[in-house]
Amino acid sequence: MMADVLAVAEVRDGVVRSVSREVVSAARGIADSLRGAVDVAAAGGTGCGAAAAGLGRHGADRVLAVEVAAQVDVRATAVAELARAGSYGAVVFAATGPGRDLAPRVAARLASPLLTDVVALDVDGGQIVATRPVFAGKALARVRALGAPALLSIRPNVFGVADSPREARVEAVSPPAEAETGYRVGGFEASAGAALDVAEAAIVVSGGRGMKDPENWHILEDLRDALGDTAALGASRAVVDAGWRPHAEQVGQTGKTVTPKLYLAMAISGAIQHLAGMRTSGVIVAVNRDPDAPIFGVADYGIVGDVFAVAQALAAAVRELRNS
Amino acid sequence: MNITVCVKRVPDTATRIRIADDGRGIMQDGVKYVLSPYDEFAVEAALQLVEAAGEGQVTLLSYGPPATAETLRSGLALGAHRAVLLTGEPDMDGWATAQVLASELAGSDDALVLFGIKAVDDDQQQVGPMVAELLGRPCATAVAAMDVEGGVATCRRAVEGGQEVVEMDLPAVATVTKGRYEPRYASLRGIMMAKRKPLVEKPAPEVESGLVVEALTYPPERPDGRIVGEGVDAVAELVRLLREEAKVL
Repeated sequence: MMADVLAVAEVRDGVVRSVSREVVSAARGIADSLRGAVDVAAAGGTGCGAAAAGLGRHGADRVLAVEVAAQVDVRATAVAELARAGSYGAVVFAATGPGRDLAPRVAARLASPLLTDVVALDVDGGQIVATRPVFAGKALARVRALGAPALLSIRPNVFGVADSPREARVEAVSPPAEAETGYRVGGFEASAGAALDVAEAAIVVSGGRGMKDPENWHILEDLRDALGDTAALGASRAVVDAGWRPHAEQVGQTGKTVTPKLYLAMAISGAIQHLAGMRTSGVIVAVNRDPDAPIFGVADYGIVGDVFAVAQALAAAVRELRNS
Repeated sequence: MNITVCVKRVPDTATRIRIADDGRGIMQDGVKYVLSPYDEFAVEAALQLVEAAGEGQVTLLSYGPPATAETLRSGLALGAHRAVLLTGEPDMDGWATAQVLASELAGSDDALVLFGIKAVDDDQQQVGPMVAELLGRPCATAVAAMDVEGGVATCRRAVEGGQEVVEMDLPAVATVTKGRYEPRYASLRGIMMAKRKPLVEKPAPEVESGLVVEALTYPPERPDGRIVGEGVDAVAELVRLLREEAKVL
């Protein structure tokens, strides 16, 4: 019986990323059903094992630390070797940018299917049954993985973080032999003001064409700042195509799919391609001058009116709430 | 420089999706099918790279039902030179799809194999890197722009917080996202010429699927929303609702 679960952590600059706590929490849930243990695969730079030790709080029994280069094909080799060495019923990744880059390479090395963007999980007869959105969120597919381990990636902000504290043992694993892969990472160019990726933010402040001019974005930036460091900016396709905002912020078809607990659609009309990327958000607030804008059809709360004035008043009210 | 672009025929995102009576697939009548939007970026990238090189051919490769031939013709109308259709019914198992595509690509010495970063039906973002692994070639994902010179592809990847530059030795694989490549429209002449371009159809090899789709369901309906009010006067009530009712502040 393959009862253990391997949770693949993301360690960046010596820090475990917040989404990895959700990955370990989901892995703990599967392992409890299978009556197995949770191992964490921490493949990253020097000290990645110590950085991941805190994941014991969310149910990790052991951290397998492989100190390797950050580049994705090398990490894939390391994670695949860890997966092969254990007796795993499931391997869990995060459906983040790095996770989407890594997971298919590991799956191919293990000759295994991969279920991505999973939003719900069951264990049935020892097999993993995952639910994932298809057709841009217009349907949900319940899919059974026939083999083991089942490889899956979970969508951020859906499973939540659970406490299941224990002392995680950290074990160093020797890195795989270095090989010339024909893949070399050169430089990195940071884009301004994108500390938190919109696909991982708990709160998204999204702006549309009704913002009228890129100069007006300081209003939304201020609202984002008022909402705290789990908030990020999003954008509609129209404003990205107009060159007002970077593509990294685009929500919807040809952009990102987001599932924050709070989505604020500011001056966004709500084209079907935009709804495809945000309709599964927890709570949706729409502010628009046009009372007939389709965005109000999916919003939980709406305000009709001048978006600039409402955004500024909202930022002030949130600050007052936070300070009280 | 020759390039193969792997493409998929998918329901248009504006199409209404209705679940079939067996609860495992979708009803086909009234569904409009298109080339997956991200595949359009990949086709455009291939055409621009071949144009920049001054020589070479763009081949389209797809795994899908016979009707995929129409989708491939629309890609040929954009300027691709030839197309290959592996007829069959791909399911959600991207690993099975990757094996089918790799069986055809193993015999190709094209410098690049391009994919759209994802197909908008199953939305999995996995087949490209899996094919690369099967072919033993390097793979860059989420490529917003690329340039090829001296047997090396320099890619700008759209990653969290910015762009990462990656170099790959050719032959290589890349998945293309929105960025430099604005898909062109087919010209009337392109559409006429596409009818005479070679399109080879052959049955896809049998590959066993490792997944079973047990059920398709509609997502839970969102409860009816409400207009809290008009203008700044409604802000206090909105904040109260977000805090006390929705509990998100």
